Amino acid sequence: MDWITIISTTVKAAIGVETVLYALAAIGINIHFGYTGLLNFGQAAFMGVAGYGLAVTVAVMGLPFWLGIIVGLAAAVVLAIVLGIPTLRLRADYLAIVTIAAAEIVRLIFRSVAFKDIFGGSDGQRGFSDGFYALNPFPEGTYGIGWFSFNHRLLWVLLVGWILVGISCGIVYLLMKSPWGRVLKAIREDEDAVRSLGKNVFSYKMQSLILGGVIGCLGGFVYGLAFASVQPDIFGTETTFFAYTIVILGGAARVFGPVVGSMIFWVLLVLVNGLLSGAVESGIITFMSPVQVGPVRFILVGLGLILLLVYRPQGIFGDKREIAIDAR
Amino acid sequence: MRAETTTERKAAALAAFKDLARDPGVPKPDPILVVDNVVRRFGGLTAVEVEHVEIQRGSITALIGPNGAGKTTFFNQLTGFDTADGGTWAFNGNRMTGVPAHRVARAGMVRTFQLTKALSRLTVMENMRLGAQQQRGENFWRALIPSSWRGQEDAITEQAEELLARFKLDTKREDFAGSLSGGQRKLLEMARALMVKPELVMLDEPMAGVNPALTQSLLGHVKDLREQGMTVLFVEHDMDMVRDISDWVIVMAQGAIIAEGPPDTIMSDARVIDAYLGAHHDAPLSDKELEEQLHEAEEALEAEIEEETQK
Ligand SMILES: Nc1ncnc2c1ncn2[C@@H]1O[C@H](COP(=O)(O)OP(=O)(O)O)[C@@H](O)[C@H]1O
Ligand SMILES: [Mg+2]
Repeated sequence: MDWITIISTTVKAAIGVETVLYALAAIGINIHFGYTGLLNFGQAAFMGVAGYGLAVTVAVMGLPFWLGIIVGLAAAVVLAIVLGIPTLRLRADYLAIVTIAAAEIVRLIFRSVAFKDIFGGSDGQRGFSDGFYALNPFPEGTYGIGWFSFNHRLLWVLLVGWILVGISCGIVYLLMKSPWGRVLKAIREDEDAVRSLGKNVFSYKMQSLILGGVIGCLGGFVYGLAFASVQPDIFGTETTFFAYTIVILGGAARVFGPVVGSMIFWVLLVLVNGLLSGAVESGIITFMSPVQVGPVRFILVGLGLILLLVYRPQGIFGDKREIAIDAR
Repeated sequence: MRAETTTERKAAALAAFKDLARDPGVPKPDPILVVDNVVRRFGGLTAVEVEHVEIQRGSITALIGPNGAGKTTFFNQLTGFDTADGGTWAFNGNRMTGVPAHRVARAGMVRTFQLTKALSRLTVMENMRLGAQQQRGENFWRALIPSSWRGQEDAITEQAEELLARFKLDTKREDFAGSLSGGQRKLLEMARALMVKPELVMLDEPMAGVNPALTQSLLGHVKDLREQGMTVLFVEHDMDMVRDISDWVIVMAQGAIIAEGPPDTIMSDARVIDAYLGAHHDAPLSDKELEEQLHEAEEALEAEIEEETQK
C-alpha cells in the first residue's frame, strides 16, 4: 500500500477545498437549524445561486469579478426572502418541504435545455475565475514542505476560504452571545413564548434564514473558484445532507462545531477511501472491486455516525445537559 | 407604609365594584380592556361568543368556567395568538383587533400559557432577559458591537435578579429552565412576563400543577401585581383561590359570559350553578344542599385538574 499517498491526501483533506466549502455550508445550517430551529433543506440552492450568479455575470455577461460576487450574494438574499415569506409564518415542516423542493427546482433550471445559453445545461459554466486568480499575491510555484505542499492557485483559494470561515465563525460567535442570538435560540425552544414577550418572530426567522443562506452561499463561490467551473449537479440535495451531517457531527449550536465537523467528515472519507483502495489494489481485500470503494466508504462513514449518535448524541462539542433536557 | 398602600389598592378595587350589577357585560368605572362581540368558531363549534365584557383597571379579575368553556380560546383572541371570526376589543382605548401577538405584548398586555412555555435550553437568567423590551442588542447590526448593548444588558440583568429573588428562583439563575419543576416553571413564566413591564397581566391557570407549598407564594405574587399598579385577569378552577385573591369574577360557559359578580357570592348565582352542574338539577334547592352540591362539583373538578396535571 502507498502509505505516503494515503497519509498525505488525508492530512490535506483536513484543510482542503471540500472541507472549507462544506464548513461554510454547515455554518449556515448551524444558524438555521442549530440556533433557530429552522429546517432549511435547500442549502445547496443557496450555494448554487451564488456560484451561478458569479459564473453568469462574469462568463456570459462579461462583467467584472467583483460584480459577480455581488450578484451571487444578492441572489442568496433574494432566495432567502422568496423562500421565507410564504413559509416562515407556518409550522416548521413547511419550510423543510418548500426548501427541498425549491432547491431541486433551482438545480433543474440550471441544467435545463431551455436556459442552456445562460447556465450552460448539464455542463455548467467555466472561465469566470480569472479575476480571482489575478488578485493572487503568491507568485507561481509550489509552497510547503515535502508532500505537504500546494500550488499557488490552491494556496490562494485555501487562504481566502479559511479567512471566510474565520470571519463567519467570528460573526456567529458575536451574534450568538448577543441579545439578537438569544431571541433566535428562544425561537428554537418555543416561538409562541417569544411572541408573548413582544418579539417579532417572523422578522428574526427571516434574518436567520438570510444570514445562514449568505454564509452558506460563500461555499458556492469557493467551489466555483477552486474548480474554475460550476455544474448543476454539484448543488444537489446530497450536498445539503452532508452539511447537516457535519453540523450534527460537530455539535449543533456550537460556534466551531461545523468547522471541526467538516474536517472530521472529509478526513474520514478520504482516509477510508485511501485505505480501502489500497487494500483492494494490493489484494488484501478480494471481495470488492475498485469501483465499489466509493459507495462502501459512505456506508462505513455512515456507520461511524450512527455509533457517534449512540455514544455521543450531542456531537463532538455539544453539551450533554442540553440533550438530557431535550429528551425530557 | 407598604401595608397601608396594600389595603388602599385592594379597597380601591373593591370600591370600584361595590355597586355594580351582576349582569354579564356590566360596565366598569375605569375599564382597561373593553371587548365587544368576539366570536371564534372551530368548524361547527362556537368556542367563543362574548357579547360585551369590561375589565376594571387596577383590579384582580378571575375568569372561571367549566373545562372547555372557551377561556383559553378567549385569551388567544385578545392577545393575537388566534384570529377571531369577528368582534372588536380595545386596550387602554386603543383598538387591538387583529394586532399581531408581539405588538399586543409591546402595548402592555402580556399573557402566560396554560401549558407552561419555559424556554428549556436557555438558562433561567436568559429566559428573564428575553422579556425585557426595546433591547438595543436585539438589532442585528448592533448585536455585532457588544459595547453598544452591554450597558443595557447589565441593567436588564439587575432587574431580572431582583425579580428572581422575589420569586425565589435566584439560586437557579444559571440552570436550564428545562431542569426546573413544574411549579418553578410557572413562577419563571410569570416572572419573565413581568420583565415586559406590562399594564395588564393575563394568566391562564397560573396555579395548575403547582404543588401546595408553592401555591401560597404564587398567590402572594399575583396579589403583589395589583399592589404595583398592574391589572390582572386570570383563569383559575380552584374556587378557594379565586375567593382569596380576586376582586371580581367573570363566569364563562359554552363560549359566552353568563354572569359576573364578587367572589364571595358568585358561586350561589343560579346561572353559575346551572353552568357547573347542568341545567337539569331538581329545581328548588335549599341553601345547604346547594352548598353541598357545589362542594362536590368543586372537588370533582379539582380531582380532574390534578389528574390532568399529573400527566
Ligand atoms: N384549535 C382548536 N381547534 C378546534 N377546537 C378547539 C381548538 N381550540 C379549542 N377548541 C375547542 O374550543 C372549546 C374551548 O376550549 P378552551 O378555550 O381550551 O376551553 P377552556 O380553556 O375554557 O378549558 C373546546 O371545546 C375545545 O375543544
Ligand atoms: Mg384553558
